[in-house]
Amino acid sequence: MLPAIPVFGKEISPEQALTYIDPAAKKILSDVALNAARSKGATYTDVRVGRYLNQYVVTREDKVENIVNTESYGIGIRVISNGSWGFAATDKMDKDSIAKAAELAVTIAKENARLLREPVKLAPQKGYGEVSWKAPIEKNAFEVPVKEKVDLLLAVNDAAMKGGADYINSILFAVNEQKYFASTDGSYIDQDIHRIWPTFFITKIDKATGKFETRNALSAPTGKGYEYLDARPQDKIQTASGTLYKGRYDMLEDATQGARQLGEKMKAKSVEPGKYDLVLDPSHLWLTIHESCGHPTELDRVLGYEANYAGTSFLTLDKWESKKFNYGSKEVNITADKTEVGSLGAVGYDDEGVKCGKWDVIKDGILVNYQAIRDQAHILGLNASQGCCYADNWSSVQFQRMANISLQPGKAKLSIADQIKNVEKGIYIVGDGSFSIDQQRYNFQFGGQLYYEIKDGKIAGMLKDVAYQANTQEFWNSCVAICDESDYRLGGSFFDGKGQPGQVSAVSHGSATTRFNKVNVINTARKI
Amino acid sequence: MPILTKTEAKALLTKVLSYSKAEQCEVNLNCSDSGNIRYARNSVSTSGGISANSLVVSSAFGKKLGTATINEFDDASLEKVVRRAEELAQLAPENPEFMPFLGPQEYGADSPTFSPATAAVTPKDRADAVQASLKQVIDSKLNAAGFLSNSMGCSAMMNSKGLFAYNTSTDVAFNITVRTDDGKGSGYATRGYNDFSKLNAKADTAIAAKKAMSSVTAKAIEPGKYTVILEPTAVAVMLENLFFSMDARQADEGRSFMSKTGGKTKLGEQLVDERVNIYSDPWNPELPTATWSGDGRPQQKVNWIEKGVVKNLYSSRYWAQKTGIKAIPFPGGAIMKGGTKTLEELIKGTEKGILVTRLWYIRTVDPQTLLLTGLTRDGTFYIENGEIKFPVKNFRFNESPIIMLNNLDEIGIAERTVSAESEANYLLPPLRIRDFTFTSLSDAV
Repeated sequence: MLPAIPVFGKEISPEQALTYIDPAAKKILSDVALNAARSKGATYTDVRVGRYLNQYVVTREDKVENIVNTESYGIGIRVISNGSWGFAATDKMDKDSIAKAAELAVTIAKENARLLREPVKLAPQKGYGEVSWKAPIEKNAFEVPVKEKVDLLLAVNDAAMKGGADYINSILFAVNEQKYFASTDGSYIDQDIHRIWPTFFITKIDKATGKFETRNALSAPTGKGYEYLDARPQDKIQTASGTLYKGRYDMLEDATQGARQLGEKMKAKSVEPGKYDLVLDPSHLWLTIHESCGHPTELDRVLGYEANYAGTSFLTLDKWESKKFNYGSKEVNITADKTEVGSLGAVGYDDEGVKCGKWDVIKDGILVNYQAIRDQAHILGLNASQGCCYADNWSSVQFQRMANISLQPGKAKLSIADQIKNVEKGIYIVGDGSFSIDQQRYNFQFGGQLYYEIKDGKIAGMLKDVAYQANTQEFWNSCVAICDESDYRLGGSFFDGKGQPGQVSAVSHGSATTRFNKVNVINTARKI
Repeated sequence: MPILTKTEAKALLTKVLSYSKAEQCEVNLNCSDSGNIRYARNSVSTSGGISANSLVVSSAFGKKLGTATINEFDDASLEKVVRRAEELAQLAPENPEFMPFLGPQEYGADSPTFSPATAAVTPKDRADAVQASLKQVIDSKLNAAGFLSNSMGCSAMMNSKGLFAYNTSTDVAFNITVRTDDGKGSGYATRGYNDFSKLNAKADTAIAAKKAMSSVTAKAIEPGKYTVILEPTAVAVMLENLFFSMDARQADEGRSFMSKTGGKTKLGEQLVDERVNIYSDPWNPELPTATWSGDGRPQQKVNWIEKGVVKNLYSSRYWAQKTGIKAIPFPGGAIMKGGTKTLEELIKGTEKGILVTRLWYIRTVDPQTLLLTGLTRDGTFYIENGEIKFPVKNFRFNESPIIMLNNLDEIGIAERTVSAESEANYLLPPLRIRDFTFTSLSDAV
């Protein structure tokens, strides 16, 4: 579930973000927790010493609204005692406070053991000893001077305003997770993870009618450094709608074209409801993949662990066991991947010390696998976890979160222009918009940023008031053509929400431009 | 860690301010201690106990503002955080919208946001409540997933202009989904309190269990426009999107459902049915909230919509000064004045309609009209001649709360409820609405 409201930590100064805590110091703190928990009766313990840094620069038109650096530093201790999970966390990093938190985790586990139906069963996991992993970034966003970021955003705003926008809000988010994991399996894992997301929201108002339209940035949040903002010619794809971005992003160019496109959107024809063939750009399709494939293949949802909040899943175990449940057409191959370079979900090891990998979820349209963690692996007959465990903070308990779930590109050569050329009556959708799906992931509705009418193989102008509604299985079975690898791009979210208490997770979804036949499109215009 | 008393907080903040060399300095303190337990498949799953504090220092020179934070409270750390905020302020660009910090404010009587019973909750108390809930579900051969959390915290602020504010609060959240073993029926209940002793997990579990059992073998009926009765939890997720959108600046700038042509707004106009009265009141005994906002402004009783007319919009202090309106902060809670009829009486007075017990995954489709989409969930029922006839399959809706409140048919008795989307607590009645727009069917249970 994607929330609308971002979540931040507490504020710190920029220079604080540049110091890195010595892994040796984190090992000492971790050992305090491991030993304290063991002495109180824990049969398994893992510890996460986490330092979570965010920087956000927020501007509107010609003003800087806010520049904030936030930090969250503390320790989370998870134990098994009497067969039950227990967890406690504290930001008081002295040895006594850590030992007390470990004791509280064991107390909670023992207290809860009477509510267990069966003890927790963990898939075996070898200890890796002292290892580390760093995101392969080229430029640490936290080392780039704030002024450079402010100048970029104000230039972006200026370009949009000169292009006819009435308002623009632009934001640059940078994230650095410094995570240290230790467990009684014998792992001490130090990881340094980076993410960045430049984005904007342009508004244009028709003064005569009072109507307004918006256009959001076509950027993607990514697992990259500041180099994401250094777009080269090879990172750009020219289409009938304008420039699209692959791997890197030209924010200034997108704001300029965004203001222009918004002018067209204001004059666009309101869509005639009905069935259309949809050609969906990766900047849009990532969200449909996220909601209709990413979530229903999460094993905790399938089993009912999320029944009280995010919901369950229509992809029940019997469908997987049958080995013939046609989730989609034969074109549809969807993988889970925790290693894809530059993706939001890429890490060396997950938050329970499992080395990450890649596997098929949908193969030739058939459901073949799920996303699982250590205490679920035995349910699938696996003897190892798939490495999908994540906590959004030291203060949050880790649980199963979505891997990067991506639609594989088509094997035959096919360009965006070819896709459009082959459609008689359709809509080409770029960018993500409104989104909603039911709690078992059958019925969804999505909007976008830009909608182009396709008539007899040609773009016939822009449309507005478009949303499509479909049933997941029918939708993916209507998938008839996917562009080739040269068009494969990542989209994603910083803020996928799940769990109680709620946690966020960052995840990417790759795809190439894809065609779906005869999808139900509604008109969303209303009068109040 | 026990939360700081008013005297301790005042002493700490006074010490922080004593280090300041800025033209203005403001300090905010937050502390919290919380615990939770989660269960699913009739068994406990994850749980936790979390303790966290933070101190935020804002220093200003002219219109340049710097902010820094720390969670270590020794003298050296406190002085360091003040110096850091001042350094940042000197580096920051001038913000033309910066407003000087407020001087001393009157907040009136304390609001009863703190409950000693909640502050004393232990892991055992949580496990006992969940055990009572689970026993009932297991005895009924049903399947439960639920969540119980409790927290206590303090917040305080002080600035160099002499403002001081302090508040303590406790919160309890309990929600449960009960499903039939065959997965064909599902029911939900959610509660929010300040006082843990008000929680009756067993009674709430019974409500969810009843909905689960009575929602099996749901029939599909055609989507379209129907008279609906929305239970308070369903009302909450629709109306909070209205509350979240009542910002004066957005309205003045022409990019809100409140905007009109020529920079005008619908403030003072009849927006919805004249029986709609929406207000906020920090001292309401059923929904007590803090008497001050994060920037030190007093939270007072505010009428937002009175007899269907929009009376007030909230705004930043900057925008209020620029436009000459009262600077009303975003409220801590919202209340819709209820009627006199129970939910059962609303059902009895319905010739044909649909009872919606919960709505889910609500998102804005069009901010111009506040058109929202989402789905029914966990128990949807067909009503005919004043009686629930049978459960129906879930629907997707596309509807605006503005249109909905213009199609108001009847208002029931208000009760404290919780938004399953934002987790915010409200006092809201069940509503009967004409011509609510369902656009497709969902197979989800």
